Amino acid sequence: MDSQGLKPRLATIWLGGCSGCHMSFLDMDERLIDLALRVDLCSSPLVDVKEFPNVDVTLVEGAVANEAHVHELEIVRARSRIVVAFGDCAVTGNVTAMRNAFGVEDVLTRAYRSTSAVVVGVPDGADGMVPRLLPRVRPLHELVKVDYFLQGCPPSADEIYTFLNELLEGRTPTIRRFG
Amino acid sequence: MTPEELHQRRDKERAKRSTEEDHLLCCTAAGCLSCGSEDVLHSLRDAVKTTEANVRVSGTGCLGLCSKGPLVKRESDGAFFGGLSPESAAALVPGRADLVDRQTLAEHRIEPTTPFFALQQRIVLENAGRTDPERIEDYILADGYEALSKAVTEMTPEEVLSEVKKSGLRGRGGAGYPTALKWELVAKQAATTKYIVCNADEGDPGAFMDRSVLEGDPHRVLEGMALAGYAAGASQGYIYVRGEYALAVQRLEKAIRQAERERILGNRVLDSAFAFQVDIRVGAGAFVCGEETALLASIEGRRGEPRTRPPYPPERGLFGKPTLINNVETFANIPPIIRKGGDWFSSIGTERSKGTKVFAVAGKIVHTGLVEVPMGTSLRTIVQDICGGVPGGGKLKAVLTGGPSGGAIPESLLDLPVDYESLSKAGSMMGSGGLIVMDDETSMVDVARYFMEFCMDESCGKCIPCRAGTVQMHDILARISRREAEPSDLEMLAKLATLLKETSLCGLGQTAPNPVVSALRYFREEFDEKLVKHPLAENTSRTASERRE
Amino acid sequence: MSVKTLKIDGEMVTGRAGETLFNVAWDAGISLPRLCHVGGLSDVGACRLCVVEVEGQSKLAAACVTPVEEGMVVHTNTERLREHRRLLIELLFAEGNHVCSVCVSNGHCELQDLAVQLGVDHVRLRYQHPKRGVDATHARFGLDHNRCIFCTRCVRVCDEVEGAHTLDVSGRGASLKIICDLGEPWGQSETCTSCGKCVQVCPTGALYLDGASVGEMEKNRRFLQYIVTAREKREWIRKG
Repeated sequence: MDSQGLKPRLATIWLGGCSGCHMSFLDMDERLIDLALRVDLCSSPLVDVKEFPNVDVTLVEGAVANEAHVHELEIVRARSRIVVAFGDCAVTGNVTAMRNAFGVEDVLTRAYRSTSAVVVGVPDGADGMVPRLLPRVRPLHELVKVDYFLQGCPPSADEIYTFLNELLEGRTPTIRRFG
Repeated sequence: MTPEELHQRRDKERAKRSTEEDHLLCCTAAGCLSCGSEDVLHSLRDAVKTTEANVRVSGTGCLGLCSKGPLVKRESDGAFFGGLSPESAAALVPGRADLVDRQTLAEHRIEPTTPFFALQQRIVLENAGRTDPERIEDYILADGYEALSKAVTEMTPEEVLSEVKKSGLRGRGGAGYPTALKWELVAKQAATTKYIVCNADEGDPGAFMDRSVLEGDPHRVLEGMALAGYAAGASQGYIYVRGEYALAVQRLEKAIRQAERERILGNRVLDSAFAFQVDIRVGAGAFVCGEETALLASIEGRRGEPRTRPPYPPERGLFGKPTLINNVETFANIPPIIRKGGDWFSSIGTERSKGTKVFAVAGKIVHTGLVEVPMGTSLRTIVQDICGGVPGGGKLKAVLTGGPSGGAIPESLLDLPVDYESLSKAGSMMGSGGLIVMDDETSMVDVARYFMEFCMDESCGKCIPCRAGTVQMHDILARISRREAEPSDLEMLAKLATLLKETSLCGLGQTAPNPVVSALRYFREEFDEKLVKHPLAENTSRTASERRE
Repeated sequence: MSVKTLKIDGEMVTGRAGETLFNVAWDAGISLPRLCHVGGLSDVGACRLCVVEVEGQSKLAAACVTPVEEGMVVHTNTERLREHRRLLIELLFAEGNHVCSVCVSNGHCELQDLAVQLGVDHVRLRYQHPKRGVDATHARFGLDHNRCIFCTRCVRVCDEVEGAHTLDVSGRGASLKIICDLGEPWGQSETCTSCGKCVQVCPTGALYLDGASVGEMEKNRRFLQYIVTAREKREWIRKG
């Protein structure tokens, strides 16, 4: 992967998820230092970069739940050589997709109309301020080509490290769990 | 009733008929009833009362030309009259031509020499237009129960079996298993209790062959079952009728009562030592109950779910006993085979498919209705010559046989002879006989989607591939039809089709992909044309490493 | 008793007449993937995961309901079978609401294990997200319909081993549902003996012990072995 003598460029991004996968990423602790020596972390919720750069690998946490996610995923796919569905939400939809059985309207009503004491408005995307929710939460591979699937809710730090290590060593990571 | 009494009854009925001037038979099958044939029948009866003429008026089984109903057949010249109102029908009664002008009646007249009637050969439906399904005397007059009488007085069970074997008859339920082989399997079982089951759970969309036989000639089915019982050593029969066929159930009940009253069925069939009785079981609307093991489970009072075979029903069927299960049309073929001999039957049809087949023709076609033709007749003959082709000069695109288990046969292959092997080689199947005609305005994607939806709704849910696979196949087809699917979806559709075919538990799931597979085989471009290439499906940019070079 | 000799994956094996391919393969150390089969209960051949290729037969055979025959040559692990099995597992995941991360059986689930074993790393089909519901009316057990794969092990153990026949299946196709008695809430069932056998044989987290949290529900179906052995060998009958 490192044919030019440059470090492979890594990015992470967080769509419709809970950030748990990123927390788990940080749980790699001292191995983060080892990783930092071997890859260039170019973009991440943990890094202040406004424009998503061209990279070798992007770990995408979270499912595709709103219109902004679609847009972001589009950019990620176009600018990444390898896209990894990072964690169960990205792989299966997981908890994020549990709303699919009810539909957007019911979910918004439940969250903002019938249970909230102070009605400050419903973030239904009508005002253009917040992205509109998609009718159905979808896993990444329904929208773009995904190269690897890293399961777990969240994947453990060990699993993330092993996965990245395999990838950096030029091997194909194998599945250790599903769901 | 002894065989002698049977003959006396027939002769008596014949003598009575010879004094009559004419016989008007009004179709009282479901199709004509739905367009008012009951009123026509009443009107004919009323008109007869107003004349001196000695004319018989009867209801009769499906005359076939359903699209022209209500239909009446006049026996004296064999002419048919279609689209009759009660008023115009009354004018058919001799002496009452004054009721309408001559011209009007001529407009309703359909010659028996028209291709629709002339090109058919009727064995199963021979009594349609001859007998009243509600009168056992009519059936007896048409040589009914003659075969049964011959069997119990002159033939051993083995001889009956050998006659069926000679006939080359194959199961009319769809798969085409040799009937005699099945009978033999049951006959050689040592068990003392065996069952004969008639599968009348016809459920393919657009199919009404069995319904017409049951409604139009119920005694024929009873006789066929009794003959099977005699050959196989069974004394109890069950007819499993689709719940929606109320009229068929009503006529069967009447027929069973009549046959029992005349001691044709019962402890001493036609005064012989052979006992046979028939009971009706009514289904509750599940298509899967047409699958034989599910049907048997349903008769037993259990959930109508197929089970794995072996053991096959001839070894362990209803209530764990050897069971012979045949379709309505199969049983309806038996009496003429025994009456006229297996050799006579095997002289009709092709090398490997003998006899005739009844088709219910529907869709974009001039003459919708019921058609019986010798096996080996080409689809083109049925569709173009007999049924008059696509109306309004439209272009014929394909013919779908076998319903949700069959497939589309494109116009270019219409010269295909109708037999079990040719149809399955073309990617369809004989099925029970539904035949749906499609013109060039029909979308094959929609047809495939429609039949997949049918299978999805009718899957019993026992096995995964059928229960969940039909849902996914339908999902993909619906997305193709809405132009939301990608090329990879089509690949998955094909994968699922193979999965269902190869791993489903019963015939429903195994054949559910057939309409899709055949549509893909002959009309692939219609699918491709609707696919969208996903803009995000591939990484279109150069790799990041390449950029940095 | 006659003995049948056959070949499974190149190995010569023997089985008793009437024995199933599944059991003979099992004795030979070949464990076929399965979700509906459980030793000690009747076989229904519903999950189709144990399908095998039999030489000379065009159709695949579900090993759990196929009796061994003399001279059979059987292949249990060809690429075609592996692909079919993967797709069957994907169908199950897409059909229900299998959210492993919040499931009591996470980590102890036969469906999850099979997915890993068969190399399913994502589901290529559309998730259906059906609205199914949970029956939490029983004092000791819960039934989460979202996680049910309709293997009917619970129905069979309730009928065949416990003899209560509280559970059965209603509906058809995608609206299939495991029901108690005539569709009453489980807690109101008059036939349920609260024995819990159904919970223990359930391969997923659909049936669980009340109070179990994520990943805590480990099933134990050893009871089947001693009940069935006792039944078959009649060891509980006092000789005298």
